[in-house]
Amino acid sequence: MSRQSTSSRITADSKKVNSELFVLTYGTLVQQLVKDYESVEDVNKQLERIGYNIGLRVIEDFLARTNYPRCTDLRDTAEKIQAAFKMYLNATPSLSNVTADEFSLVFESTPFGEFTELPDACANLKYCNVLPGVIRGACEMVQMDVQAYVIADTLKGDNATEIRVRFIKKLHDALPAGED
Amino acid sequence: MTIHNLYIFDRNGTLMYYGEWNRKKAGTMNKEEEGKLVYGMLFSLRSFLEKISPLDLKDNSFCYRTSKYKMNYWESPTGVKFVMNTDLSSPNVKDLLRLIYQMVYVEYVVKNPVCPMGEYIHSELFAQKLDEVVKSSLIYTSKTS
Repeated sequence: MSRQSTSSRITADSKKVNSELFVLTYGTLVQQLVKDYESVEDVNKQLERIGYNIGLRVIEDFLARTNYPRCTDLRDTAEKIQAAFKMYLNATPSLSNVTADEFSLVFESTPFGEFTELPDACANLKYCNVLPGVIRGACEMVQMDVQAYVIADTLKGDNATEIRVRFIKKLHDALPAGED
Repeated sequence: MTIHNLYIFDRNGTLMYYGEWNRKKAGTMNKEEEGKLVYGMLFSLRSFLEKISPLDLKDNSFCYRTSKYKMNYWESPTGVKFVMNTDLSSPNVKDLLRLIYQMVYVEYVVKNPVCPMGEYIHSELFAQKLDEVVKSSLIYTSKTS
């Protein structure tokens, strides 16, 4: 399978952190945001923003480690994002509904959600909303404007957690100042 | 073989770092203006190359040489540009630039939360590590000419 060939090229010298500690830390972060903001919508927005800022930086680390060349098409991009999930979260999402400008990453269960139950007051909370943010931030750094959003969530009773990514446009390098 | 100097630009063309090792003739203008001049030239040169090249420019790198020195350019997929002036006999500068990106830029700028991206890098740790990598490279150490 092509996925295996891409992920096996990754050098496995990364430092590891206990996954339960990580999941609980994430949960605490989300909980604090829920306390600090009045509406759940705002929390979703903040999580996305946090993820976006992570994405801007994590992409450099990813490229430095993997030595990947530029993607040729969106399928290629999707496979690399899949490899990145394996590398950073040890999660293996599967790809589905791949079209020319959209694809879905499907997780068997919500990442970070193994100890989580959403209370009724937070029914609209997108618990793993940092992930779409990370994808958006990382893609922006490699000149791709994408939209990413959670469309299904196991915490809300869906069968799987699904993140949909839509390609919008290619970004171009800024001209140097003084030239028009 | 020798290394003269190094410019790092971010994706918007801001000069992020300038370092020099064996620059025998001082520049006539300040760092910032010189950075803009270099970036402007590279930007035009690159778009010229993209238009005119008979081959696909795959790895985002090129160099030009005069009778005295060679300017090497390498760009990361995220658009961070590394430009190094070396003498004519230096081979594989691209690999060194890549190494600087991997070992120094990513480690000490990207992973440093107090280092803002898109601004000049004032981190001393970065400067020190960069110096180590440059000075330990073959291009810097071997004396052939």
